Amino acid sequence: MQTKENILLNIKDLHVWYRVYGGYLKVLNGVHLMVRGSERVALVGETGCGKTTTMKSILQVLPPGDFQIPRGQIFYKGQDVLKMSFKEIQRLRSREIAMIFQDPTTALNPVFTIGTQIGDVIKYSAVFKDEENVHHERIKTLSIKALKDVSLPDPERMLINYSFQLSGGMKQRVCIAMAICSPRNLLIADEPGTSLDVTIQDQIMRLLNGFVEKRKTSIILITHSLGVAKEMTDRTYVMYAGTIVETAPTEVLFKNPVHPYTKGLIASIPKISGGGIAKGIPGKLPSYLDPPSGCRFQPRCEQESPICSEKPPQLFEIEKDHLVACYLTQR
Amino acid sequence: MKQATNNEILKIEKLKKYFHIGKDKKGPIYVRAVDGVDLNIKYGETLGLVGESGSGKSTVAFTIVGMYRPTSGQILFKGKNISLEASKRPLSSKKEIQIVFQDPGSSLNPRQAINQILALPLRIHAQMLKRQLREKMIELLEKMELSPDYLYKSPSSIGGGEKQMVAIARALASNPSLVLLDEPTSALDVSVQAKIINKLIDLQKELHLTYLFITHDLSLMRNVANRIAIMYLGKICEMAEAVTFFEKPLHPYTQMLISSVPVITEEEKNLKPKKIISIGEIPSPVNIPLGCSFHQRCSYKMSICSKVDPEIIKVSPGHIVRCHLFAKLENKKQERSD
Repeated sequence: MQTKENILLNIKDLHVWYRVYGGYLKVLNGVHLMVRGSERVALVGETGCGKTTTMKSILQVLPPGDFQIPRGQIFYKGQDVLKMSFKEIQRLRSREIAMIFQDPTTALNPVFTIGTQIGDVIKYSAVFKDEENVHHERIKTLSIKALKDVSLPDPERMLINYSFQLSGGMKQRVCIAMAICSPRNLLIADEPGTSLDVTIQDQIMRLLNGFVEKRKTSIILITHSLGVAKEMTDRTYVMYAGTIVETAPTEVLFKNPVHPYTKGLIASIPKISGGGIAKGIPGKLPSYLDPPSGCRFQPRCEQESPICSEKPPQLFEIEKDHLVACYLTQR
Repeated sequence: MKQATNNEILKIEKLKKYFHIGKDKKGPIYVRAVDGVDLNIKYGETLGLVGESGSGKSTVAFTIVGMYRPTSGQILFKGKNISLEASKRPLSSKKEIQIVFQDPGSSLNPRQAINQILALPLRIHAQMLKRQLREKMIELLEKMELSPDYLYKSPSSIGGGEKQMVAIARALASNPSLVLLDEPTSALDVSVQAKIINKLIDLQKELHLTYLFITHDLSLMRNVANRIAIMYLGKICEMAEAVTFFEKPLHPYTQMLISSVPVITEEEKNLKPKKIISIGEIPSPVNIPLGCSFHQRCSYKMSICSKVDPEIIKVSPGHIVRCHLFAKLENKKQERSD
């Protein structure tokens, strides 16, 4: 059933709530997301729409004690991550899925050298299976190879450096080296270029793209830059306030956006060919403490109708592989 | 000295700002943040100042408002020399130049309500009495499409876009003629960014403002600025009208920047110079390489580039570039005309 289509990751109807003073923040409200083998997927949306929360729930690295998952399943290779034991999750983190975080400055530990941090990743990775005593020389050669792969200058010296001695672009390269130093099936890149300049972002994106193509790894690229999503991925998911509002193959989505939010988002981007700036999307993200009962985009939508505030719309296939959660398409 | 021409509101000549950071055997060490910048801004235009982080673009703005005293060089505002720190400037010139900072979260005092934040410039620059203040503040908020009940909110209780709107209202409170916008939308989402940029464009028409718009987002500049200046390691390396700039980028760095911008339409793709692939990073402003500061990353490097710093070359009226590639062309042109 699932193996036929080669589905690697399948998130079904995921709900995540955070406990705060005065109730629950209902952040994720029914997220559906699917990644096939060696597919490049983009997840786009505004700040605070739940992109990172979705990714953190895959790896089970949400802040302990403060969250609740009332509903939903996350299947990785057909196994539900939410029902895994601690040991299985550790195995998932060390051998199957790697994550690159948004801010390389806080992702690296300032009191350990780059060599120690990258060595730890290699030591527990699939490279050494379950060998007991791994010789440190072997780890070192592998670390150097990983740093070379991300074209960092002078990798031997880099091993004894601390993260604060490196520039932002170099730090992000180290983070990528840690993610690719051992074979993984899924790479999650959480806004890897956002805190960097355009030229450096371009370098980092080309580097990532090269690896993904060479090793046939699947990647989930989280970004709020639609341009990056367009240039790098096969399939795009658009997220708004904890729900997936539209998904399609990237080419189709940019040519023929259907959901009012996707349209507004695409129109808001300034273009280097000129043509002025669209008026943006009025309003702001709803409060997660008391979200709208129907479609979460309804308060900002210009084409709302009475049914929109009654119950949330479900994803609906308007053409092959193009799903939209909006009542406009279902009439 | 010669009076600045009438249509220039601000003229910067050979502006330098060095920061002293320590000592070495050879002598003091400086961060050369701004290293000889010439700029002129005309009345009513928007000049875009673009560069990577660490190129010194914010330092230029901070020196113009007087947060730093320039190491050398001159800042002429409406023909008057104002190259002093803010405390020594006349109040009238301070009133006319205002700044909007990058991060509205840290540029608004979290312990003050918005009415306190907006009242300070009104009291200092317009000498307003308490009674008049409230009316004027409501007027300012309405200009930014915020309702009067925002007066008693604190910055922490409103969203990022609204905070930036308040910061803009604060800058406009003293009725300035030149507003420096230091990456006003880089911390915000595209949908909010579009709203703020449109508001800024409307305000410019309404109040006859002049903008110096600092950003690293080239595609935004294409739609906002009349002229664009590219800054690299404390120097301007190319300056041109916005349209020519994208159609005919000359400096290799500019080409690299434009080809790095992620785009979404075919039309944009055709504009991108495809050959340039970005390599390397911006060097530290403590050790600026000899010769042209860009030569280590440049794909058209010649032997002269690592020895001699190029001069500014006027390619066509209003289009200047600082690169040896075009020096040759100019020499040839001269030879021909001779």
